Amino acid sequence: MKNILIIALRNLSRNTRRTILTSSLIAFGVVLVVVFGGLAISFKSQMVGVLTNTAMGDLQIHRKGYVESIDNLPLNLTLSGAELAKVESMLKGMPEVAAYSPRIKFGAMISNYAQTSNIRLSAVYPDLENRTVSGFVKRIKGNVPDPDKFLSPGEILVPENLMKGLSLKTGDEIVLVATNKEGSVNAITTRIAAVTENVFGPSGKDGYIHMQDAQTLLRMDEPEIVEIAIHLQNYDQLGPTSAQLKRDATAPEASFEVHTWEQLSPFASIARIVDLLIIVVKVILISIVLVSILNIMTMSVYERISEIGMMAAIGTPPGRILSLFLVEGFAMGLLSTVAGIAVGLGVLWVMNISRIEFTFGQMNVSLAPSIPVTELVWVTVIVLFVSLLAGFQPASKASKMEPVDALGHV
Amino acid sequence: MSLIELQNVTKVYQTGDVSVSALRGVSLNIERRSFVSFIGPSGSGKSTLLNLIGVLDKPTQGTVLVSGTDVSTFDRTGAAGFRGKHIGFVFQDFNLIPVLTVAENVEYPLLMLGRLSSTERRERVEHLLEKVGMADQRDKRPNQISGGQKQRVAVARALVTNPQIVLADEPTANLDHASAYKVIAVMHEMSNELGTTFVFSTHDPKIVGEAEVIYTLEDGTIAGTEQRKGSAL
Repeated sequence: MKNILIIALRNLSRNTRRTILTSSLIAFGVVLVVVFGGLAISFKSQMVGVLTNTAMGDLQIHRKGYVESIDNLPLNLTLSGAELAKVESMLKGMPEVAAYSPRIKFGAMISNYAQTSNIRLSAVYPDLENRTVSGFVKRIKGNVPDPDKFLSPGEILVPENLMKGLSLKTGDEIVLVATNKEGSVNAITTRIAAVTENVFGPSGKDGYIHMQDAQTLLRMDEPEIVEIAIHLQNYDQLGPTSAQLKRDATAPEASFEVHTWEQLSPFASIARIVDLLIIVVKVILISIVLVSILNIMTMSVYERISEIGMMAAIGTPPGRILSLFLVEGFAMGLLSTVAGIAVGLGVLWVMNISRIEFTFGQMNVSLAPSIPVTELVWVTVIVLFVSLLAGFQPASKASKMEPVDALGHV
Repeated sequence: MSLIELQNVTKVYQTGDVSVSALRGVSLNIERRSFVSFIGPSGSGKSTLLNLIGVLDKPTQGTVLVSGTDVSTFDRTGAAGFRGKHIGFVFQDFNLIPVLTVAENVEYPLLMLGRLSSTERRERVEHLLEKVGMADQRDKRPNQISGGQKQRVAVARALVTNPQIVLADEPTANLDHASAYKVIAVMHEMSNELGTTFVFSTHDPKIVGEAEVIYTLEDGTIAGTEQRKGSAL
């Protein structure tokens, strides 16, 4: 095998210009996959990270039927009392669950006494919320001395959009008006504690108040929880944990439903399109490799018919001739992949240093692209497999040549 | 038993509707350690005969026995294995592998046989390169040596597996007279020293004179046989 590899490598040097041109084409395809893949995967993981770590959590639990009417933020589909205790007990018994945060979500009016606008409010326990979506405090503008106490009773976090729209500033007093599930309207005054950056979502009008204030505003004797956001120890456990919770949710006495962030966020569709684009780029790479290797190996075989005849005549078995050409195509694929990965990683490194910043929706995104090792392994495997596949037809043709015909070829 | 036996061998090439008889009922025996030449005009069947003896082709009719083995029974892999073990080839166009050095070209058939250690291979290659006078060129590539030198390397390559037979199709056709003589001299010397049977085809009357047995072919048949002992070399 060593000798076949040596001969194959030297054969690649016969027509250096052609080898370099073909290798460059394959390497370009690999660079395309590495750079695009690095950008796309980083963009996706950053967006997913923002969504799951600053707003949604990895999974959410609601009362059955809630998600169907989630746009209306209904307050009559809640988990309270025994139901909530049961779900909490279940979550505490799952080692995969790192933290969870009960929430009440509802629509309200916000007024600065002169102007009024609508707002989507999330009532939270700050400590539980911080443990579940630990990135959220980073989106609060200004200093937060204790992340577990980013919000106190009587305070509200207002999103940037509303701050600008209502000409508000931190420390201002505002009035919140809301209707509870019985249809009774109530109002409370709160002080603006801080401003939150907008997170990619339907309206960018998400504010936060303390659970205690929500109880007062909505006239609840005890918190009637609408949503439980769950943070997992390891994001890779999303599938199995979600499956287990969904199994529990199918029990006859269960009154809740479970959804992953992907099922709740419109970004999941964008993430799927990103995945699709990565696949398309890989298909382009496969096409480049297939055509390049097939072309160069066909030419190599055609140019060396007489030599193949000689090799067969002096006792080279057909299998050995087949492997000689296969190894040649494989070696070209391997060298091109190594070069392409090196260049691709170099490009990503430069991008990393220069930082790519842009606005996506209402979010400022700063990309530091990198590509997972598994993705590099996949690219290598794809190129090598396609190289073997593309080289097989010419190699097979070479191995099947009759030596007497091949020797007579001019 | 003769080393090579051809019994009533016929070879017909079919090209579309046209049949061409290259050999018509050829029978001959070639003994061990002999130095044999096939002569005759183009199209007389010399190369076809060498191809059949070299297990590169199969007869349409008749039997070709090489070392007592009916070579028409081999499949492609079996034929390649038989050639590798028993037959060496010297081609008109030298057919050295351009990406290998002189020494590597000579070593190549041993790698295909795969039976010797690298030390044994190296020793055998060095010995043969010494014999053909190419030891000092061992690290050169084929494009760095002359035609006569290439053919001497080809002779060393043909002999490196210790074959019983070396077949040479017009080995001096592309060489000047002096180089041709050198190549034939090397072949003669190797035949005497190693006991290898050399069978070659040629047009060159001066080269023909070096053969011990000369078969003259005409229109696919043996038109004459001449036994000559003791050449000028």
